[in-house]
Amino acid sequence: MRHGSDEHGETEAAMNPQRIGYLAGTTVFLIVLGSQIGLYAQAQQPAPPAKTAAPIDLTGYWVSVITQDWRFRMVTPGKGDYASVPLTQAAKNAADAWDPARDEAAGEQCRSYGAPAVMRNPERIHITWQDDNTLKIETDTGQQTRLLHFGDWKPAVNAPAAWQGDSVATWEIAGGAGGRGPGGGRGGPGGGRGGPPGGRGPGGGPPAPRTGSLSVVTTHIRPGYLRKNGIPYSGQTVLTEDFDLLTESYLSGSHRNEQWMAVTTIVHDPANLQVDWITTLNFKKEPDGSKWDPQPCSAQW
Amino acid sequence: MTGKIVTIALALGSFPLFAQLDLSGFWQQEWHTDWQEAVDGPDIADFLGLPLNAGGKAKALSFSPSAMSEPERQCIFYTPEYVLGAAVGFRMWSDSDPTTGTITAWKITGTIDRSPMTIWMDGRPHPPAYARHTTDGFTTGEWQGDILRTYTTHMKQGYIRRNGVPSSDQATLTMHIIRHGDILTITGAVDDPANLTEPWVVSKNFQLNPHGQPFINVAPCVPETEIERPANAEASIPHFLPGKNPFADEFAKTYHLPAEATLGGAETMYPEFRKKLKATYQPPETCTRYCCGGSFGAEGIPKGCPSSMPPR
Repeated sequence: MRHGSDEHGETEAAMNPQRIGYLAGTTVFLIVLGSQIGLYAQAQQPAPPAKTAAPIDLTGYWVSVITQDWRFRMVTPGKGDYASVPLTQAAKNAADAWDPARDEAAGEQCRSYGAPAVMRNPERIHITWQDDNTLKIETDTGQQTRLLHFGDWKPAVNAPAAWQGDSVATWEIAGGAGGRGPGGGRGGPGGGRGGPPGGRGPGGGPPAPRTGSLSVVTTHIRPGYLRKNGIPYSGQTVLTEDFDLLTESYLSGSHRNEQWMAVTTIVHDPANLQVDWITTLNFKKEPDGSKWDPQPCSAQW
Repeated sequence: MTGKIVTIALALGSFPLFAQLDLSGFWQQEWHTDWQEAVDGPDIADFLGLPLNAGGKAKALSFSPSAMSEPERQCIFYTPEYVLGAAVGFRMWSDSDPTTGTITAWKITGTIDRSPMTIWMDGRPHPPAYARHTTDGFTTGEWQGDILRTYTTHMKQGYIRRNGVPSSDQATLTMHIIRHGDILTITGAVDDPANLTEPWVVSKNFQLNPHGQPFINVAPCVPETEIERPANAEASIPHFLPGKNPFADEFAKTYHLPAEATLGGAETMYPEFRKKLKATYQPPETCTRYCCGGSFGAEGIPKGCPSSMPPR
């Protein structure tokens, strides 16, 4: 085929629909390839510190708002009250043997302040960056400190299990990168870090705001209680948590634009639970630490 | 050739274009929080954790469960807030524009009897304040990253707890619908200036169930006669007059709680209230009812209580 010009100066190729399709397809291919090369290059660079890469800011003072499970969280329920927790028979038997005086005498008064339970207490929490790759959560009730480690952190070898265990944290970036999409499984300890920022919004508009959530997996936890009245969790427990920031823009009056944090927790404990125990806790942001009121652990109250 | 190139391009297209999370599927309610409230139903005068104002408390205490058997009142319960307290899950799917493929609305089936909810995603405004209120209200939604935030107005009056805690037709509902893997969390904020002193914020979890239960139909509540009404009761509305609810302190006594806790109020939601109870509260010696909630067999039926405890 000759590629000449007609009398109007248009090439034959330009008028050939097949050729137009070929060029269009090639263009799409090159654009996609280019973006992949760019992302590959980005992935080869060292990951920025978690503090810098944070898609959301969780730092500050938060108060737990007890609107659910009130009878199990705000006060110590009676012995044998296992409602809502899918316990095995062995776990029920253990709970029936709960003796808070014995726990206190044995120096085990912090049993209901371990990682799987500590966020359920009526309390204030203070979230700060301990360093560029460690997020710290302190509680006033029970005076516990949780350290959430990002990056390549490794727990100390042969260290004894602790109430707050070993927590590995990752950012999950909204928009399909770095997160668990539909059907996605839950990452184990040391799971991958969040991917690059999300791309442009639907329809080629401006880039979507960078946002996401925090995922934390905690293991190596000293055995304790899920509930104050002796409902046990074992040393095999794996705690998975997702922290999401919510802005309540539609509330009325002084509540408009309040910041809330929803912490969804999955307690996996094959020794005591028939199925994973899944709950979500709600925290409201406070302007400062003026209501911070440290209280020691108590087995009785 | 063109098709091959485009196919290859799309295959490579795992780049992070902003993708809305897929929320479709059947979401099974988890009964791991407030089991009794979701399943058997809350006790009379259990208003724990509710920021009720004086009017809300009075109205809740006037509620008689007999009202639920009246055809005129059977469907009052099933306003959108019901999704926050219902015992069962729901199905969620999207409607798309047939030309562009853009999602125009998300739909949530009623659980049992609740009206299906349409969450408009096409940017349409809410109706004016004078527009008619309906059982399912009017809901719009927007994505905030991977979280779908919805806002519902124009609801009819209903209940936010199945023991008669009221919601007014001035109430609004904000929901944040959050998906992590196969867990869906709905954090709902009910803002009702007529009955609450501050918003009531709760979260419910649901798990994706590919074998979604067929009994979850999409039909809204249809009233019918469930109990023959006495001939002389045609004009009656079951209720208790102020101060005359004979069951008002039953729940409080059972769990050794003061009425100032069980009747709710914003103060009861915060840690300071726990300190207030410390001097007087004594836990019940043992659990006597609903102790095994949340312990399910293969068919979802609660298992028996352990033999090591007294019969309940």
